[in-house]
Amino acid sequence: MKQLSTKVTSNGHGQDSSYFLGWEEYEKNPYDEIKNPNGMIQMGLAENQLCFDLIESWLAKNPDAASLKRNGQSIFRELALFQDYHGMPEFKKAMAEFMEEIRGNRVTFDPKKIVLAAGSTSANETLMFCLAEPGDAFLLPTPYYPGFDRDLKWRTGAEIVPIHCSSSNGFQITEAALQQAYQQAHKLDLKVKGVLVTNPSNPLGTALTRRELNLLVDFITSKNIHLISDEIYSGTMFGFEQFISVMDVLKDKKLENTEVSKRVHVVYSLSKDLGLPGFRVGAIYSNDEMIVSAATKMSSFGLVSSQTQYLLSALLSDKKFTSQYLEENQKRLKSRQKQLVSGLESAGITCLRSNAGLFCWVDMRHLLDTNTFEAELDLWKKIVYNVKLNISPGSSCHCTEPGWFRVCFANMSEDTLDLALKRLKTFVESTDCGRMISRSSHERLKSLRKKTVSNWVFRVSWSDRVPDER
Amino acid sequence: MSADKNLLSKLAVGDKHGEDSPYFDGWKAYDNNPFHPDHNPQGVIQMGLAENQLCSDLIKEWIKANPQASICTAEGIDGFSDIAVFQDYHGLKQFRQAIAAFMERARGGRVKFEEERVVMSGGATGANETLMFCLADRGDAFLVPTPYYAAFDRDLSWRTGVRLIPVECNSSNNFQVTKQALESAYLNAQETGIKIKGLILANPSNPLGTSLNKETLQTLMDFINDKQIHLVCDEIYAATVFAEPGFISVAEMIQEMDHVNRDLIHIVYSLSKDMGLPGFRVGVVYSYNDAVVTCARRMSSFGLVSSQTQSFLAAMLSDKIFVDNFLKEVSKRVAKRHLVFTEGLKEMGVSCLASNAGLFVLMDLRQMLRDQTFESEMSLWRIIINKVKINISPGSSFHCSEPGWFRVCFANMDEDTLQIALQRMKSFVVRDKENKNCNNKKRKSFQENLKLSFSSKMYDDHVRSPRLMSPHSPLVRT
Repeated sequence: MKQLSTKVTSNGHGQDSSYFLGWEEYEKNPYDEIKNPNGMIQMGLAENQLCFDLIESWLAKNPDAASLKRNGQSIFRELALFQDYHGMPEFKKAMAEFMEEIRGNRVTFDPKKIVLAAGSTSANETLMFCLAEPGDAFLLPTPYYPGFDRDLKWRTGAEIVPIHCSSSNGFQITEAALQQAYQQAHKLDLKVKGVLVTNPSNPLGTALTRRELNLLVDFITSKNIHLISDEIYSGTMFGFEQFISVMDVLKDKKLENTEVSKRVHVVYSLSKDLGLPGFRVGAIYSNDEMIVSAATKMSSFGLVSSQTQYLLSALLSDKKFTSQYLEENQKRLKSRQKQLVSGLESAGITCLRSNAGLFCWVDMRHLLDTNTFEAELDLWKKIVYNVKLNISPGSSCHCTEPGWFRVCFANMSEDTLDLALKRLKTFVESTDCGRMISRSSHERLKSLRKKTVSNWVFRVSWSDRVPDER
Repeated sequence: MSADKNLLSKLAVGDKHGEDSPYFDGWKAYDNNPFHPDHNPQGVIQMGLAENQLCSDLIKEWIKANPQASICTAEGIDGFSDIAVFQDYHGLKQFRQAIAAFMERARGGRVKFEEERVVMSGGATGANETLMFCLADRGDAFLVPTPYYAAFDRDLSWRTGVRLIPVECNSSNNFQVTKQALESAYLNAQETGIKIKGLILANPSNPLGTSLNKETLQTLMDFINDKQIHLVCDEIYAATVFAEPGFISVAEMIQEMDHVNRDLIHIVYSLSKDMGLPGFRVGVVYSYNDAVVTCARRMSSFGLVSSQTQSFLAAMLSDKIFVDNFLKEVSKRVAKRHLVFTEGLKEMGVSCLASNAGLFVLMDLRQMLRDQTFESEMSLWRIIINKVKINISPGSSFHCSEPGWFRVCFANMDEDTLQIALQRMKSFVVRDKENKNCNNKKRKSFQENLKLSFSSKMYDDHVRSPRLMSPHSPLVRT
């Protein structure tokens, strides 16, 4: 219909991808323990549902915040009228301090450099509007969050050029891959404005190593471009390593308050760490005044509800609560991840060793008929329609190797996870591959474990296990 | 410190956000010196903010009586986790239903709205931008009758790249938009190769405070249908209509005008004005075009309404008794404020554009201009801000084609403050008249006494100087 914009008529929204199709299938037949025990189990949604009890009990103990009061007086009117796009100062202060706490208080965040947005969806798009003209490109390591195609490109007209990462080194970013992506952009006649990474990574479930972060900062310094670090999973780090933010690296390299630091921006949100995606709380953190100023004005298009700002500023200002929450969140995520990993192992399936996130990056290459994306899609369809598990195929995340799937574990009960794993095991054993596995399962698992260990050793040798680091 | 400007986008470094306009300057003057009856009685009174503070007591009462509506209270906490994870861009069904029902009640039940067409957005600000993204490509244009809401330049154009082509209206017919003006603007645009995708306007109008009559609505709809271009009606002041001809929504007109292509009709709504809840960021895109609904819904990911807010409002707006009483009170209280203010102005000889809606009036100060230019309008405005200490919005910031009109808001303060504002205005108006009379007399007497001696001339000069004004002069007091 030529009366409508090309945004309506094209599919730049990216929602025809399998990532979203799986959700649609789930909507048609959702699992319910009692009402629909044979329904589809949703494992394609990276939600954190493990710690609501902690928030609920905080609410019970804090009736003022819960009922829009301050010192027993209703502040409803004040909240109803508050639409200042600078955001509530006490809320930004609480966000800044929460972000500091997640990073072990090693770095500081200035509340004046925070711009609130309606979720990280909006934060990422706003940053694109501020940094890129239509046709400019950002480099992103693959595999990446499928929603980026919509969030970064759709209405902004920006382009994404992939930085190819492979399983040979645990999907880590290498210098060669960065340079190759940069050259590729030039071949396509695209001006590169920056690199965007998700740290910890979605869909990998791994935090970037110090080596990778150093590499990224050096790269953007030499190319004079931006670095956006989407750190929305920073509070889900459960491995024994510490989360290293790009801000840590700037500090360690003594680049704070330099021209380079003006080109490094962090995106944050409370959707994953606190499990509150419905509340639409996102944030941009930038050292560049002009970006803070422009992004603040743009936030008019997606401010955070004042009701929500008020509630969460009280919640996050309670330091006793936040430290208890972060610790407990970590514990529960770790235990749930373990449950998934060991359940998959018993079905002869391994994952990339993960230390963060709400999902695992699962290796099902051995279950493919052929080493192709068609085979991956075939397998995915079987898992969705026959096994009734919605998981996300690697191709929807722009992975360059077929056979990898993202499987979420934090958005369901332990029992549901158990059931999902049982279904998967049954499926694997029923396939030709499964029969092969059960025949030589002992040998296969042994070799798979070796592979897992060597992956682990590989990643660890590149990461923080160096004596002089904390 | 800012990085090299070339590293940022044009959007980031440019000023197309429009916030350097005087519309926002007045706010800054207020922010630097805000009026408070006890702490700062000489401060600037904010009359540049179209907020509805008249009915919050009704909402507060409802909240007290309905603790289960909040997911944070003991009564409502069982719903907390489901709501906290809910980020489906379709929005909560009960929220959509409640919004559709509220929109129907605000139109006297004369139309039906389907909840499946209710799409969320980040306030009307987000809704308007989203519709532009859906209906037009970069470089396309939309017609918009003047004077229009100052921030449309930002909301409709800034990030979308859509151009706004003004359709000039003037006071000779109370700024009503005419077929002639529309055709002329459309033709001019065509001749310069500009592609017009639609017409956008607010009904009731900001800043006019008037709602469209049936005849004008018919004209508009026939026009867009004839050209097969879109019509976007921003109806965010729907419930503030308090007098004839009442509020006629484009939704009603569609029912009567069968021949109009419904795929061209889109409504923007919000709870910021009618309910006085701008902080909660509740915007709605309601389109009769399925493809637009689908696209706008996908785009709503960039500005969803907080589920906490959706859940709360779903409960409140489903309460039919509350809603009907609320709508009745809004209209009543706005009418009363309007009367008090316009009568107060009338007493001092200041007239306003006749209006029947909105949270403001368009005040006619053309007589007070030095000359009929926008420079004079700006001078007058600066005096009003800095000396009279009232923040009002000059017509030029609304792209008014005639200087001398000012939008003044009256619903964002209590009655006492409104009276103080009227007193200040009165002093200013009276003084201005006195000055004019004084100047006229002096001119006459000077002309009559051209033969006066040198010392007399000096005396005349001194009399004109502010330093020798009567100690009781209002100017000295201000």
